[in-house]
Amino acid sequence: MDTFEIKKHKIWIMKSLRKGLGLGRPDHGQERNMFEKCPSCNTVFSRKELEDSHHVCPSCGYHFRMGAHDRIRLICDPGSFEEMAAGMTSANVLDFPDYRQVLKEAKQVSGLNEAYVFGRCTVRSYAAVTGVLDSSFIMGSMGATVGEKITLSIEYAQQHQLPLIIFSASGGARMQEGTVSLMQMAKTSAAMRRFSHQGGLFVSCLTNPTTGGVLASYASLGDIILAEPGALIGFAGPRVIEQTIGQKLPEGFQTSEYLLEHGFLDRIVERSELRDIIGQILKLHERRRSASWNL
Amino acid sequence: MESLTAYDRLGLARRMDRPRTMDFIRRMFTDFIEFRGDRCYGDDHAVVGGVALYRGLPVTILGHRKGSNVEDNILCNFGMPHPEGYRKSQRLAKQAEKFGRPVICFIDTPGAYPGTGAEARGQGQAIADNIALFSELKVPVISVVIGEGGSGGALAFGVADRVLMMENAVYEILSPEGFASILWRDSSLADRACRLMKPTAQDLLELGIIDALIPEPEGGAHMDPDAAIDSVDRQVQRSLSVLMKQDLLTLVRNRDRKYRNMGSRKTLSQKTKE
Ligand SMILES: [Zn+2]
Repeated sequence: MDTFEIKKHKIWIMKSLRKGLGLGRPDHGQERNMFEKCPSCNTVFSRKELEDSHHVCPSCGYHFRMGAHDRIRLICDPGSFEEMAAGMTSANVLDFPDYRQVLKEAKQVSGLNEAYVFGRCTVRSYAAVTGVLDSSFIMGSMGATVGEKITLSIEYAQQHQLPLIIFSASGGARMQEGTVSLMQMAKTSAAMRRFSHQGGLFVSCLTNPTTGGVLASYASLGDIILAEPGALIGFAGPRVIEQTIGQKLPEGFQTSEYLLEHGFLDRIVERSELRDIIGQILKLHERRRSASWNL
Repeated sequence: MESLTAYDRLGLARRMDRPRTMDFIRRMFTDFIEFRGDRCYGDDHAVVGGVALYRGLPVTILGHRKGSNVEDNILCNFGMPHPEGYRKSQRLAKQAEKFGRPVICFIDTPGAYPGTGAEARGQGQAIADNIALFSELKVPVISVVIGEGGSGGALAFGVADRVLMMENAVYEILSPEGFASILWRDSSLADRACRLMKPTAQDLLELGIIDALIPEPEGGAHMDPDAAIDSVDRQVQRSLSVLMKQDLLTLVRNRDRKYRNMGSRKTLSQKTKE
């Protein structure tokens, strides 16, 4: 997991807890964060404005991080999403000190039971399984439960012959679960292979940030790999690389645009076009089209 | 050896005079021939691959290569692969499958190399492909953690029917120094991090992540490298003779099931009950 991202995240959690912000989740009954500043151009917007613009900065196009349910609202047809395995929570597999507390705080901050949310839905009327990693839950890191839920989403898609769309946003493996987290890379990748052998379509959508063990497992195994503009995508974190090579990284290194140019992405898709593009991909992969075609 | 801490073992695992992949190849196999290159970009010296006879049976060998002195280590980048290393391994693993040869992997790396070239050429993609390929490879695969098994760069060679681990080897999500500097912003707390991460063979055997712990000579493998390699050899022989009797369908199904259950709700709740 990337040092820089974790630090930022920890500071962010501390700040948000201290201020008692609900971070846009109405069920907290606390004062809501009404304004947000664009980290790219420093313009301040109301949350309403940002929600209306799908969390994209109206002045510079910066793509803000997006929670799982906001993402689902953006992609899935209204009311079509049926969440699965929502109640699954993580256990402290290594008896790691304070991990229970970290989990508890993550639940409060994110309003989720774990970092991965998935379910059945339709996108532009095409049935699919959609999964989203939420970076507000311990950096969207993949421990045993996230690995298990991702695997369940793959297996559900396989059983029901549905296309699978996963939006990744993760700092990598969940540190507090040690080598058990590492094994989730194997578990999710193997499940993805089985799904692929059955002809399943996997659209992997990389969002800011997708790093470490998530990038080096299922997320890189998409039939089609999309990314949002300006996302940080890489195996090693930028700080670790800078420390290793002893120099500053060039501007734009490990961004979506960089990966596209190096041949690791099919397309970069603006958030405003994401639903249409995914809908189009699902349309082009409908099995019945090929099966019933004749002139 | 009972009194060694995880951090003590990490120290042993990193010793320059500890037997390395090349030492295992020399002592356990005959007729080894190295095959190089990923047929795409280059040859990664941090990964060694080739074919040899194991007690008369042709096998494919893959492993991280570390040197036994600083000069050698610079040549093989301290056992930290670039994407080319993982792509070479995919090439050789597919070849093993084509010719029905078992694959034997030796894990000994601080991790995949965190550099600009590695990222530009798709480190994440290369590791993911390697893991996915080994999860369905239709030949027996045995993986031995002989030194430090660091993160995804180690796991790329660690998806196997049998994962064996030497007594003083460690297998971890990232280096304890990195872990400590992320969690407590102090890499000098690596000792504490190491204990909490539970990266030793004994820990991982209890967690069901490895299949066997291979005892080392008193004081560690470097005290008697030949004896250490011979005990690995005996365990590899035992595992391979069991795996060779299984039909490939059963083999792959069992491997699949093993990884499917890693940290699943079912296995975790069993662990809690114990
Ligand atoms: Zn802006």
